[in-house]
Amino acid sequence: MSQAPITISTDGGVTTVAFTERSIIDEVMIQQIGQALLKLVDSQPSLKMALSFAGVDHMSSAALGVLITVNSRVKARNGQLRLCNIAKPIFEIFKITKLDKLFQTHETLEQAVKSLA
Amino acid sequence: MASQGPGEPLKLEITLHEMRGDVEKVQQLVAAALQERGYDADAMFAIRLCLEEALVNGFRHGNRFQPGLVVRFWATIDGDGATFEVEDEGEGFDPAGVPDPTAEENLEIPSGRGVMLMRAYMSEVEYLGAGNRMRMVFRRKKA
Repeated sequence: MSQAPITISTDGGVTTVAFTERSIIDEVMIQQIGQALLKLVDSQPSLKMALSFAGVDHMSSAALGVLITVNSRVKARNGQLRLCNIAKPIFEIFKITKLDKLFQTHETLEQAVKSLA
Repeated sequence: MASQGPGEPLKLEITLHEMRGDVEKVQQLVAAALQERGYDADAMFAIRLCLEEALVNGFRHGNRFQPGLVVRFWATIDGDGATFEVEDEGEGFDPAGVPDPTAEENLEIPSGRGVMLMRAYMSEVEYLGAGNRMRMVFRRKKA
């Protein structure tokens, strides 16, 4: 792993986070992602965050755990989290675990950002 | 470790000493064997996910990342399906004791989804002995 596992950009009050790796299964990387996201959430109250899964084709239950932790922190700080661009096989994991009920998901980043407006 | 041609079942027996590098080696060997036998993308996805969950569980929950403890892995892969066994050196666990992560009250608990994912994607999952050895079978769908 040679680059940061996520990129962060802010535009119009919405923070967009994208993964830079296709597989989110490496334990160390998942911890890094979790720390970076929690730091981001803690950096400002009422954060509006769109998390894009574009290009991600593998994910483990450990990554789901990090997303759940981040979602709880976002809610505790009165923020909003949206997930988007989730490939079908990855979305299937959300459906099997019923996490599609916990997270608000959108097909595209544009839709996710619009929902945060 | 032994390997044979695509027409014959591939049998693997691997001892994993460290999590990241060794899990990836197993994943690569299995993926190559599946590809040679024409498994489709959905099957490859399912098997990769389940191997990751099973092997990481062995290191994390079984061996509790204790140095010197190993995870053992066996696989038999042919054109009809694949059987995998994973054994750690921990005390074992009772999978029935894992709370249902899909229950409304458990949705926000960040752990406990690996076993249910393996059960969802594999044709069979069973825990053997004290629960520190598990066996999972993927049966290929007939075209």
